Amino acid sequence: MPKTVFSPSIDSRPTYPGLVSQGAVPGIMVADDAGAAALIDLATSDASVMDRAHVLLIGGAETTATRLGNLTPKALHSAPDLEAAAPLFDSLLLDARMGTQLYLAGSEGLIGFATARATAAGLPLDAIQSEHRGPIGRRMKCVHCKGITEDVLTDPFTCSHCGLTLFVRDHFSRRLGVFQGVCVDAETPGDIPETVEIRA
Amino acid sequence: MKKLVVKVTEVEALSPLVKRFRFEDPKGAALPVFSGGAHITVEMPEGETIRRNSYSLISDPYDGSAYEIAVRREDMGRGGSRYMHTRVQVGDEITISAPANLFQLDLRARKHILIAGGIGITPFLSQLRQLDMEQKPFELHYAARSRAEAAGLKLLPEAAHIHVHISEEGARMDLGAILDGQPLGTHVYTCGPDGLIKAVADQAARLGWPKTAVHSEAFIAPPPGEPFEVVVRSSGQTITVKADQSLLEALEAAKVEIDYSCRGGACGRCQTHVTACDGRIEHNDHWLSEDERAEQKTIMPCMSRFKGARLELDL
Ligand code: FES
Repeated sequence: MPKTVFSPSIDSRPTYPGLVSQGAVPGIMVADDAGAAALIDLATSDASVMDRAHVLLIGGAETTATRLGNLTPKALHSAPDLEAAAPLFDSLLLDARMGTQLYLAGSEGLIGFATARATAAGLPLDAIQSEHRGPIGRRMKCVHCKGITEDVLTDPFTCSHCGLTLFVRDHFSRRLGVFQGVCVDAETPGDIPETVEIRA
Repeated sequence: MKKLVVKVTEVEALSPLVKRFRFEDPKGAALPVFSGGAHITVEMPEGETIRRNSYSLISDPYDGSAYEIAVRREDMGRGGSRYMHTRVQVGDEITISAPANLFQLDLRARKHILIAGGIGITPFLSQLRQLDMEQKPFELHYAARSRAEAAGLKLLPEAAHIHVHISEEGARMDLGAILDGQPLGTHVYTCGPDGLIKAVADQAARLGWPKTAVHSEAFIAPPPGEPFEVVVRSSGQTITVKADQSLLEALEAAKVEIDYSCRGGACGRCQTHVTACDGRIEHNDHWLSEDERAEQKTIMPCMSRFKGARLELDL
């Protein structure tokens, strides 16, 4: 699946310009199954980018892990989901030195999550590269109960925590790495617009 | 710009060339607190003209009982620092601006490295109190030529993470060793001569540091020069800029409204459009890019001067 091109939106909506090799410098790479293809493309453009890279595959298939392993990164780690990957990702950030490049590839949820953790660890945004691959599901935070619902594909959607019907906004919190969901029928309960699929 | 009248309550020689001044509210009221790296502008009236220089605050940012600055006497300058050294006495009342900060710490950083050359130590003196208060890890590296000239020594606490490099004693600062292997999320801040700022930026770039983790402040007072004339477009008025005056000071003396903050060519606030230029602008600021300088279509009046037949400003 190729790189996703998003339609223009408000400034707070993140953009994902794509991965460009910075050469054989220390690297941390985080990808999901779809994002792994972006890492493979990156290594095809410059094999040396893998020499000092820790690759963290999240929720990837066995075959994907094998394909990434064939790129011979310095280390390959896997985790079933973002929450499970967090401690490992944090410890990679903690051990890394200045000059380390961060490469993120996959869903908006993954990119938002990893960017938020990396900036919380003090990494400026200009040291982070990202490329969107795969489904356009969003990581949504309910502004009412603060619960996070992953991979939201429709607008409106139902908050997986409090059950309110939420409208998908383009408003993005970099600190949390989430989009905001706001109750659609707060004024007239039950008056819910037709559900549509969200677009890129 | 908000102004405050304060009373000079202490003057102390820190080194042969550097004096520390303490200012308090005349009635003992609390002064506005500030953030580490902030500066104030001090007004120095002399006859008809008011000279204004900006100085970094060196006191505790959270302490509203007083502001302190350290001023190095620059005998080649326009006279601002000489005025501070020779005229300002304990008990005097002077006018200052409220603090403004163009050199803030990025508090998202995991670690801070502060690098000072000479009198460039001043903004860090307030920052290190802020870093201590916020319990943020940091290292300070202070380079000076000799111990006698290192005015900051008297104001720096003894601590393992505060390193003094005296070049006369052979303890030169090794930027490679300082910057290499720092943890991810480290930010570096440099204040001092241009050469030092550039050396730190180059070293950081070589080690792959992102640009936004590299900060600097080159705070310098405007240099004196040959007198020149400038035309104000809106009124057609011709103003003479004296040898020991900056263009900004001359415009202010002629009551031309112009915005400023740092008065040291660093903040961009005074940027002014040039409507006619027959001659050469001497750009002394740190704000304009090479291309903008070459175009001669903008000038930073706080720092820059002019040589030639005619300079007209869009004011
Ligand atoms: S006043 Fe700051 S650049 Fe001129």
